Amino acid sequence: MKIDSIKDGIVLDHIKAGKSMDIYRYLGLDQLDCSVAIIKNVPSNKMGKKDILKIADNFDINLDVLGYVDPDITVCYIKDYEIVEKRHVELPEQIVNIIRCKNPRCITAEERDIDHIFKLTDRENRIYRCVYCESKKSNH
Amino acid sequence: MKHLIDPMDLTVEEIDQLIDLGSKILADKEKYQDVCKHKSLATLFFEPSTRTRLSFEAAMLELGGNVLGFSSANSSSASKGESVSDTVRTVSYYSDIIAMRHPKEGAPLVASRKIDVPLINAGDGGHYHPTQTLTDLMTIYQEKGRFHDLTIGMCGDLKFGRTVHSLIKAMSRYENVRFVMISPEELRLPEYIVKDVFEKKNISYQEVRTMEEVMPDLDILYMTRVQRERFFNEQDYIRLKDSFILDLDKLKTAKKDLCIMHPLPRVNEISTKVDDDPRACYFKQVRYGKFIRMALIMTMLGVNVDED
Ligand SMILES: [Zn+2]
Repeated sequence: MKIDSIKDGIVLDHIKAGKSMDIYRYLGLDQLDCSVAIIKNVPSNKMGKKDILKIADNFDINLDVLGYVDPDITVCYIKDYEIVEKRHVELPEQIVNIIRCKNPRCITAEERDIDHIFKLTDRENRIYRCVYCESKKSNH
Repeated sequence: MKHLIDPMDLTVEEIDQLIDLGSKILADKEKYQDVCKHKSLATLFFEPSTRTRLSFEAAMLELGGNVLGFSSANSSSASKGESVSDTVRTVSYYSDIIAMRHPKEGAPLVASRKIDVPLINAGDGGHYHPTQTLTDLMTIYQEKGRFHDLTIGMCGDLKFGRTVHSLIKAMSRYENVRFVMISPEELRLPEYIVKDVFEKKNISYQEVRTMEEVMPDLDILYMTRVQRERFFNEQDYIRLKDSFILDLDKLKTAKKDLCIMHPLPRVNEISTKVDDDPRACYFKQVRYGKFIRMALIMTMLGVNVDED
């Protein structure tokens, strides 16, 4: 399978196989006008199988989202068909309005215009908790 | 301390200072009767809790301050669909300090972000209730004179009882405190507290199914209510409920200076015959609760009294 290389844009590499649609959704890529390629189950030496996302636009990508969904992703910034910068994402300390608290007893279920904020409380087990009610959200 | 949301926001030193001030007020009420003159406390109770609200209001009145507020969501603009943030922000312009209760978890944290006056969480659903924990600590200190070297039995509903969870966390910070958990299998302490508090800090704890077997060891017995609706069937409730009711018979083997506590309201988990026993401290607890709230209000308002 061949996908044209992009001239300017972003390539998300080393996505855990099967996670690319989550990232597409979390990043709101459906809102973009440019070409977006989702490449699934690419053979990989390191990972066995991986997904890749290619976005033909240098938009301001939310690295916290990527770090939350999968901290092993590599972000490659492309200019004139060349990789000009490679970035490794990290598990963010705090995520705002990426996931929603589902606890019906939480104030977020009632108050309008409230940010849904989760804080990383256990790095080892990748556990996030709602700052209002401490409900647990595990992302693995 | 700008706001008090979670009892664990308080350091051991801050708790010591509050207990110390509370004890001074208790010893010399007159000296403090005007220290909050011209200051007002707003009690914003989006769900009714007469006991807690009156304790806050009595505390402020005895410091010479004023009180205003509402006692249920119906009598506030929340019933017209106003957000919690807006309601609390509005009242913050009429008051110097706010005590707020709300049925939703985290509501006081949300409200505290929009205001310039200090806010005390007076209970947010089944989540936090820091002044209950302070009341419990004040009682332990007044009755025992220390927080270290104590054996604390906690009896009843240890699964859903937030006051139990908060008190365990608070007391786990002191030296040589042993915990004994007395509950039916169905209402045992949640595993995460065992892991996060007892195991992580290497604290000695014991889990038993009757109070008789541990009664002689206890310095403090913290009773809670076992509610019928926590059980799957009526038979289990009837079979178990008597094991978790404290009466004079079960107290026979207890220490002479045992301190019996209960966050109240009590239903039937402590026989009224126990009330006259000198070891019953649950009504004293109500009184201590007022004094520790006085100390808290003074501290959060930054009110100082000259020491002689
Ligand atoms: Zn929440």
